[in-house]
Amino acid sequence: MNAAESLTPPAETLPIEAHRPPAWLLDRCSQAAAEFAQRGYPDPRHEEWKYTKLRTLKNQSFVTASHAPMLDAADLERCTWPDLPSHRLVFVDGIYQPALSEPGDLPAGVQITSLAQAIAAGAVGLETVLGTLVDAQYSSFAAWNLAQLFDGALIQLAPDTCLQQPVHLLFIHSAQPTPQIYHPHSVIQAGQGSKAHILEHHIGLPGAQGFCNSATEIHLSANATLEHTLLQEHSEASYHIGNLFIRAQRDSRLISHNINLGGRLTRHDLNVDLCEPGAEAVLNGLFVVGGTQHTDTHTRIHHRAPHTRSDETYHGIADDQGRGVFKGRVLVARDAQKIEAHQHNANLLLSDKAEIDTKPELEIYADDVRCSHGATIGQLDPQSMYYLQSRGIDREKARDMLIFAFADEVIQRLPLAPLAKHIEHALQTRLPEGVSV
Amino acid sequence: MLTIDHLHARVEAQEILKGINLEVKAGEVHAIMGPNGSGKSTLCQVLGGREGYTVTGGSVQFKGQDLLEMAPEVRAREGLLLGFQYPVEIPGVKNIYLLKAAYNALRVHRGEPEADTFEFLALVREKLKLMQMDEQFLHRAVNVGFSGGEKKRNEILQMLILEPALAVLDETDSGLDIDALKVVSEGVNRLRSAQRAIILVTHYQRLLNHIEPDHVHVLYKGRIIRSGDKTLAHELERDGYQGIIEEAA
Ligand SMILES: Nc1ncnc2c1ncn2[C@@H]1O[C@H](COP(=O)(O)OP(=O)(O)O)[C@@H](O)[C@H]1O
Ligand SMILES: [Mg+2]
Repeated sequence: MNAAESLTPPAETLPIEAHRPPAWLLDRCSQAAAEFAQRGYPDPRHEEWKYTKLRTLKNQSFVTASHAPMLDAADLERCTWPDLPSHRLVFVDGIYQPALSEPGDLPAGVQITSLAQAIAAGAVGLETVLGTLVDAQYSSFAAWNLAQLFDGALIQLAPDTCLQQPVHLLFIHSAQPTPQIYHPHSVIQAGQGSKAHILEHHIGLPGAQGFCNSATEIHLSANATLEHTLLQEHSEASYHIGNLFIRAQRDSRLISHNINLGGRLTRHDLNVDLCEPGAEAVLNGLFVVGGTQHTDTHTRIHHRAPHTRSDETYHGIADDQGRGVFKGRVLVARDAQKIEAHQHNANLLLSDKAEIDTKPELEIYADDVRCSHGATIGQLDPQSMYYLQSRGIDREKARDMLIFAFADEVIQRLPLAPLAKHIEHALQTRLPEGVSV
Repeated sequence: MLTIDHLHARVEAQEILKGINLEVKAGEVHAIMGPNGSGKSTLCQVLGGREGYTVTGGSVQFKGQDLLEMAPEVRAREGLLLGFQYPVEIPGVKNIYLLKAAYNALRVHRGEPEADTFEFLALVREKLKLMQMDEQFLHRAVNVGFSGGEKKRNEILQMLILEPALAVLDETDSGLDIDALKVVSEGVNRLRSAQRAIILVTHYQRLLNHIEPDHVHVLYKGRIIRSGDKTLAHELERDGYQGIIEEAA
């Protein structure tokens, strides 16, 4: 089967060619194109795609945005927060918008730029970081993204650099009459001992429709600390498939926050490679689905080296006919002794028609490890409901308070207060009674 | 204020309350005592309106209204507040937020505007001080990680802020050391007024050394088998329940 052809006619030229890429890059994109052509859409019978069916996505046709529409200040205001100063890059329908971007003052050795611009300018050193982590083994969408590479963000932190303000990568999906497709590709290279928080923010303007197929490659050198927040606020008519690849070297630390609020169908794959001793990954996640939304997160943490640690906390909330999927895979290689891996997944099912599927998957080949996992799917605790009611709080409000609290346990892990507040607010507007904190 | 008339109730399939009669007037403090398992907590939960506690006979009038018809939250807003024997831990809900939501629910119920945040905080701080609680308790999740004594203090803190017409306190003294018992008792005494009433459910006399009751009742096997004044509590302390139980049999 070759679904790729039905979606994008076999391209004579790849989008990357517009930037006069070096030979190695053209080669990588061509190979990815060949791989996607060969793999096509994931087989619906594949275990990794058991709960997420792509039929409606497959049957839609999309156009590639050739130029982005002008956005006005009000549009931008929806997507930014005045009390959260940041280094900001803005992309609209996948295309970089220099006029809306404000990378700001950067310390020496820090680069925050459009990937397309960097390629066109002949930036050196990309060969080791661009496309090197992409692996289409679990998701052919990653290969498709690389094949369609056109733009995205490039963040390079020289050794021992530290960004005080977060980097806001703002991927805005505009409202267009025809559903659009775009494939943003971002590369984050955190040098030895560097430190930053990157917010990868996908947001749809009201009326936006289409398909965002993103990929992010994150390289952590020794001792680097990187916080990465994926905030997904697509419109209810949009699809988002996102593949993240993280490679963490000795004593580096990744803290990931994956917050899924919007979208019609979302699938995120977080692939974390803890490839040297002392590397650590903390993965926090929250999804909230209502209506007929569907969201699916697969995390794969590979403990390749001894003394690596991972700690995962995912909360899910499904209401109406919403559907949520979480699959957390932890793989411990034979030589990876003395590792620690913890996973906790809790879910709230708020209606009879909602559905949540959760599956931990531990594959442990080492013998001296500390691993734990727990997954729950439940309703609101009746004792807590009664306690709140006994204080004069009505059922609806009590329900909202408990739902909010459940989500907030994850939101509170965000170190950026204005961002946490924004997410809390987004959640509040979805709760009928509202909860003001 | 409260009239309980031939109240029968069951928990699941089992009949626990077998005809309770009790009259509580404004200004009074009633102590309900009795051995473990006699139905004291069941009575409290029936008054609170907890699901799973089914009234099978009798009636309860509260301030002239049929209490049993009211949803639990309406009972609270009308002024009947229950202090739990085992306060519930609610992860993620901050104490201050619970207090504020409860306080505002009460005000809205009375047709008053919601409280000004500033004034509300001042009120809460004043009551915290009375309960000798640190301000950090406000920002902790409700009862999560609280010691037994802290949970009970927290219950009384809520009472002091919400000022119920009738406070029903279930074993508020259990799990308290001497100092905490004093603080909690002082808190309860502050609730006393000519307009309000208190029902103290307790196993032991020691709480009654700090809070002097007007009436004492002994509950046994779902019935009040003896009522008297505060001297009854002393009698119980001295002789235990056995004599009274045998006498009633
Ligand atoms: N949830 C319950 N389900 C079944 N039986 C219960 C439940 N709660 C209490 N009981 C029973 O009801 C009786 C009264 O209990 P309770 O009201 O807790 O007594 P007390 O508070 O006086 O110690 C006991 O026999 C107890 O075992
Ligand atoms: Mg009891």
